[in-house]
Amino acid sequence: MSKKMATRDAYGEALKELGKINKDVVVLDADLSKSTRTNWFKEEFPDRFINVGIAEQNLIGTAAGLAAAGKIPFASSFAMFATGRAYEIIRNSVAYPKLNVKIAATHAGITVGEDGATHQSVEDLSLMRTIPNMVVINPADGVEAKAAVLEAAKYYGPVYIRLGRSKVPVIFNEDDYKFEIGKGIMLEDGTDATIIATGVMVSAALEARKKLEEEGIKVRVINIHTIKPIDKDIIIKAAQDTGAIVTAEEHSIIGGLGSAVSEVLVENYPVVVERIGIKDTFGESGNGDELLAKYGLTSENIVEAVKKVLARKRG
Amino acid sequence: MEKHAEFKKIATTLRKNIIKMLNESGSGHPGGSLSACEIVTALYFKEMRIDPKQPKWEDRDRFVLSKGHAAPVLYAALAEKGYFAKEELMKLRKTGQMLQGHPDMKGTPGVDMTTGSLGQGLAAANGMALAAKLSNKDYRVYALLGDGEVQEGMIWEAAMFAAHYKLDNLTVFLDNNGLQIDGENKEVMNIEPIDKKWEAFGWNVIKIDGHNFEEIFEALDKARETKGKPTIIIAKTVKGKGVSFMENKVGWHGSAPNDEETEKALAELGGEM
Repeated sequence: MSKKMATRDAYGEALKELGKINKDVVVLDADLSKSTRTNWFKEEFPDRFINVGIAEQNLIGTAAGLAAAGKIPFASSFAMFATGRAYEIIRNSVAYPKLNVKIAATHAGITVGEDGATHQSVEDLSLMRTIPNMVVINPADGVEAKAAVLEAAKYYGPVYIRLGRSKVPVIFNEDDYKFEIGKGIMLEDGTDATIIATGVMVSAALEARKKLEEEGIKVRVINIHTIKPIDKDIIIKAAQDTGAIVTAEEHSIIGGLGSAVSEVLVENYPVVVERIGIKDTFGESGNGDELLAKYGLTSENIVEAVKKVLARKRG
Repeated sequence: MEKHAEFKKIATTLRKNIIKMLNESGSGHPGGSLSACEIVTALYFKEMRIDPKQPKWEDRDRFVLSKGHAAPVLYAALAEKGYFAKEELMKLRKTGQMLQGHPDMKGTPGVDMTTGSLGQGLAAANGMALAAKLSNKDYRVYALLGDGEVQEGMIWEAAMFAAHYKLDNLTVFLDNNGLQIDGENKEVMNIEPIDKKWEAFGWNVIKIDGHNFEEIFEALDKARETKGKPTIIIAKTVKGKGVSFMENKVGWHGSAPNDEETEKALAELGGEM
């Protein structure tokens, strides 16, 4: 896991590929194309790149119209503005009519860092997950992000893809990685507990597993790249096999992965759960890694949560 | 024969159906539906290149009813045009039926865009018009905005966009009836000078009487001939037009006529069909 890559860079590369294979793909941005990497698409396909200016509501509304006329628009901005500012347009003009709009939003989560709380979207998964017809994807690394973008273009309907600004460890091998919407991936097996992680927390979960192994605790690690529709089977199986679950996400513990997993469990196979995530609070300016530590989103925090959940499991 | 008699007759038919379907549903928006009857008639029965047998025809002209609460006038026109059976009109807003309180493109043949939350339709129309340009298609896109609706900020984001991308295949009507739910535009939130605002945003602006077919057709001709910029036709209208007790009455924005009022309204419109 020595190689690192930002998922926004993978998005930029995926768009360049998509531009070649599908002439209906158009890309929209709201004056952040250099940051979201949509300018990589713009350089190769200037005629199919549309800048709407600093106007996220119009970004999504225009994408809806393009989709209604047969295009496959990828609309990009920062996660905060794409999902927050434009929420109601996404709901009413995109998801309700089930239009083929892809919202690929970068700079999600607290690792945006120095820009501070106004730019740190830790509610986007929650907002997007409650909308009917919406598929919600949160890739763990560059390989997964690229595959997700290519898959999203093949799927007909609204998709939200959450992308990050910072470089994160590459977990998967591009040659044999297969992305299937709605399908969780078991990365490591174990019997004592299961860590279910999403996005940047997947590599932290793998690190936590190693540390726990040294102490003789064997945990399963599952990567949930699709928050909605969520892979119920893999979650229920983990509960049945290990009896204890820890969720980990760079997002509020309200409404995101932790909530989604808990919902599946309470309705199907209740077991003890601990949730790692932002604990109903706003972030602040700072270095991304330092913020992850300050807000309890490290592999050490996952290790602690596993120990806690194991203690509860034993009762 | 009187000039445009045929279109006037259709507009009257739409009005009668609006009254009848709203009476049947017991809720809905008569005022802003009645004010747009001539505009919608002109579009669906003369201007637009459409085929009711192929509601999803790729090369058709599109219409976005951005003021989605005026759905009854759109439904009346679509039924009259043959997109679906007229009996459907009498099931408006009923549980499990096709015609929703606000337009639903997925459920209703002929509805080109889902609308209802004000301010969003112009951006969607822009997207359709831009798609035509990108695909070298010659279809045109039409949208109808309410005058209260232009208080939404998103309208002006979209107004900037349409001019920036020179969407001359887009023609927008502003149903300028002067009223919104809480009262007159000028009391609630003044939108004037509305023509100068659109001009300043780079649009071709045409002002007409929105109940005069001669002026509507002339404006549509001019819009088609205008190159390099989108056109907005600011149509001065009367809210509740055609039913004396509804005309210019704020109270008729969003309440349905009862049986007695329906009878009176239909009598004024020339009696039962």
